[in-house]
Amino acid sequence: MVRRRSTLAERPAALAHHFDDMAQQYEASHLGMWVFLLTEIMFFGGLFTGYAVYRSTYAVAFAEGSHHLDIVLGSINTAVLISSSLTMALSVHAAQVGRRQLLVGFLLLTMLLGLVFLGIKTVEYVHKFEQHLVPGGAFRYEGPYARQVQIFMAFYFSMTGLHALHMIIGIGVLTVLVWLAWRDRFSPTYFAPIEVAGLYWHFVDIVWIFLFPLLYLIGRH
Amino acid sequence: MAPHIVSRQLYYRVYATLLALTLLTIGIAFLDLGGSLNTVVAITIAICKALLVLLFFMHVRYSSRLTWICVGAGVFWLVLLLSLTMSDYLTRSWLAVPGW
Repeated sequence: MVRRRSTLAERPAALAHHFDDMAQQYEASHLGMWVFLLTEIMFFGGLFTGYAVYRSTYAVAFAEGSHHLDIVLGSINTAVLISSSLTMALSVHAAQVGRRQLLVGFLLLTMLLGLVFLGIKTVEYVHKFEQHLVPGGAFRYEGPYARQVQIFMAFYFSMTGLHALHMIIGIGVLTVLVWLAWRDRFSPTYFAPIEVAGLYWHFVDIVWIFLFPLLYLIGRH
Repeated sequence: MAPHIVSRQLYYRVYATLLALTLLTIGIAFLDLGGSLNTVVAITIAICKALLVLLFFMHVRYSSRLTWICVGAGVFWLVLLLSLTMSDYLTRSWLAVPGW
């Protein structure tokens, strides 16, 4: 199929010069984000694999370490993050139907929920510092599995820490989008940045969906 | 391909299901299912939740074949990474090797 090149006069303002039409531009940015997410899957996949190796080796110690995590705060954070995914999805919907104020509102709500998540995470981290459960020189733990529990805590901090870093980057991206949305840069024909940022936000949510049971819910019975 | 607009009602239903599955996985964690069944159930629920987010919130259900190949490739290589690594670590105890 030969694409007909649009003449300059009929090109939408949001269409970059190297694309034929809005649909092609949308597909390209969509695919670009998915390829980036593939690298993210492998990035987190390495950590999950390391976790699987050590958990299968030190199963009892990992269950013991898991009991030192706050299951209530972890559960609340899971609900907060899932809620932020809903408001992100509703942002995309608002952009698709061209409701600018609704779009700005849902984007701000998504950022707010992201900040609540990070706030709760900070409270949890502070508790761990106070209880000397942070791996390193200040780690204090009584019991036969002290060294293995330290490995569990190292996984806890590296995995949730990298996840939190992704949240901070996501909030930064949303800040730019709120600014652009406020200036009415999006329309029902041009909302790819909202959609693509949404893909990233939902991916970070999926990572947490796996982190929560693997870190907080081991050996609770 | 024109982007598909997902209805808000569907988003709300997916959201409610995700919250229900979260409560389910927390509840089941306190039951002793015996052996490693607890872990299997927890990961199965997590996979269901991830699928819901992928298909509806991330619109994969309505996306092009190219997107499906992308997601499939990601899952395929992740499964390869996990299964080949664990096939080593989980089977080491099957043979008595001196010094291990």
